[in-house]
Amino acid sequence: MKKVYRIENLCCANCARKIEEGIQKIQGVKEAKIVFMTMKLTLDVEDGMLDSVLAEAKKIARKVEPECEIVG
Amino acid sequence: MRDRRMTKKQKRDLFRILLAGVFFALAFLLPLDGGWRAIPFAVPYLTVGFPVLKSAFLSLIRGQWMNETFLMTVASLGAFVLGEFAEGVAVMLFSAVGELFESYAVGKSRRSVTELMSLCPDKASVLRENQWVDLAPEEVEIGDVFRVLPGEKIPLDGKICSGESSLDTRSLTGETLPRDVSEGDGVLSGCVNLTGVLQIRAEKIFEESTASRILAMVEDATANRAKSETFVATFARWYTPVVLAIALGLGLIPPLFWGGWSTWIYRALEFLVVSCPCALVISVPLSYFGGIGGASRFGVLVKGSDRLEVLAKTDTVVFDKTGTLTQGTFRVTEVLGKDPSLVLQIAALCEQFSNHPIAKSLREACKLPLSEDRVTDLSEESGFGVSAKVDGIPCMVGKGDWIRSRGILIPDEFSPAGTCVFVARGDEWLGTICLGDRVRENAAQSLRELRKLGVRRLEMLTGDGDSVAKSVAQTLALDGYRAELLPADKVEALRTLSREKKGTVVFVGDGMNDAPVLVSADVGIAMGGVGSDAAMEAADAVLMHDDLSALPRILRLARKTHRIVLQNLIFSIAVKIGVMVLISFGFANMWYAVFADVGVSVLAILNAMRTLSKKI
Repeated sequence: MKKVYRIENLCCANCARKIEEGIQKIQGVKEAKIVFMTMKLTLDVEDGMLDSVLAEAKKIARKVEPECEIVG
Repeated sequence: MRDRRMTKKQKRDLFRILLAGVFFALAFLLPLDGGWRAIPFAVPYLTVGFPVLKSAFLSLIRGQWMNETFLMTVASLGAFVLGEFAEGVAVMLFSAVGELFESYAVGKSRRSVTELMSLCPDKASVLRENQWVDLAPEEVEIGDVFRVLPGEKIPLDGKICSGESSLDTRSLTGETLPRDVSEGDGVLSGCVNLTGVLQIRAEKIFEESTASRILAMVEDATANRAKSETFVATFARWYTPVVLAIALGLGLIPPLFWGGWSTWIYRALEFLVVSCPCALVISVPLSYFGGIGGASRFGVLVKGSDRLEVLAKTDTVVFDKTGTLTQGTFRVTEVLGKDPSLVLQIAALCEQFSNHPIAKSLREACKLPLSEDRVTDLSEESGFGVSAKVDGIPCMVGKGDWIRSRGILIPDEFSPAGTCVFVARGDEWLGTICLGDRVRENAAQSLRELRKLGVRRLEMLTGDGDSVAKSVAQTLALDGYRAELLPADKVEALRTLSREKKGTVVFVGDGMNDAPVLVSADVGIAMGGVGSDAAMEAADAVLMHDDLSALPRILRLARKTHRIVLQNLIFSIAVKIGVMVLISFGFANMWYAVFADVGVSVLAILNAMRTLSKKI
């Protein structure tokens, strides 16, 4: 399942890269991509795992950049 | 909306920076000595650095200590501890300047790309129960009738059910001449209605309409990353830890032998400042984003940064003939025979029900009105020709071989090379109609430009006969051509060419019939593909209007983007490494480090933004 999210308050390209790498390692994620230029996160997740993945992704984002938010 | 020049956060940051700048200047003027100077310098430090300190603190509790804010905090606080107050403030102040600049630049290029792509209006005036209701374009359903006033943009693809007007299709096709439309014409979303009121029946929903698809395509194009972007990501992953390790070593090991702890620790702190790879990480995607946006400005959609990167190395360009190098429309060029007008008339009468492009041009050439009654017993043999009775006399219109096979003799001198239609009446040859496709006006010029740009080979693949292909190849001075190819043969021919290449093989075709070839080329470029799903799917880039001059332009842009990316990579890495070497040997101070971090960032971003410029 593919879904696109918007990312807010992400102010550094290197952090985007770190968050992307972190999200890719979450279980159930087939592919994760953050495009800094468009502030979009594209998640390809195994069916039924979306909620848990998203919660984990938000945690990772916060850890890298405390003010960062992933919105639907 | 997002159109404001600066966001609220950016304004707040700017204010903070200016205020800190004033305090910073004042702090120099105060006649204090030694440790007391810490107090006036702490004021600008906290003014500008507070968010960084807070964020560093928060990250630290969450267990993430190797991020930029934390490193900045350590470096600047360390400078304070060692009594270098001004440098401590400078680290914070200039990194804030750099960050503000970065976010402004990114925002600006994002805006200028989406602005030029601002194809979609945010409302549609729809007829519901005999009233015009304003709806969001997303809510309009297929079959709904919507109204577009002069000056408004068409929100959805559809067909005009009443009214006539001219349309400005510039944002879709780059074409500056307005297009006249009237009832029954299909229109694409994103065009601006210029003169009359139009009522249009929606044929596609908003998400599938041309405008929103183009927008999504350009926006998502940067998700297909170029190799240099992947390189940067890998580089960044190693760069920071390695620099930190060196910093740690620099701060601890030399003083064990030579002493002078504060000097070495200070050098280590300078390393921390240089350790952020942000300039690199942002400048590469920013360049490609600008390049893709710039391309859409002259009517070329590129589907990914990676394609733009590959395009820069173009070595061979392979063209389809019909509709690409030529206009794709047949015109009668010559009528041979004793009575040319009769020949044309019979041909047109026999072909009056056919949709074949040749039949259409025959009808156009015969200017007399055609009457159905004169034709009886019409039968079409697909791929060969038509036989019928015209005014009661049996006639045949079609290919030479087919007519000969019916025992009719065609004199050799009336059977010229090229695309011809033969006409027989009774059992005698009556005449020959020669048709020709014309080479596009700017084809020769565009191909010359491609050569000037260093494209080594220009080739042509076509399904047409050898003689026609040869004449086009000669007119345009191509390096080679292959004729009489079926679509599958074209793929094979392209593969053969690919084996002989040195760089990228680009295929340019019309997108309708050439989908398999488009896919198998390194870069497949579809011409005039807007509105055609197959072309948009199969191609790596779409020329939105039938203009070959976009080819040299997109090549130049790809090269320019590539050059800028290389410049940024080399420049940023060289400066950072250079400054680190200087720091290690004590030839550089904190100011150099700040320049290597913020200065390089700003320069790389400014350089990257050149891809947005209109001049190529």
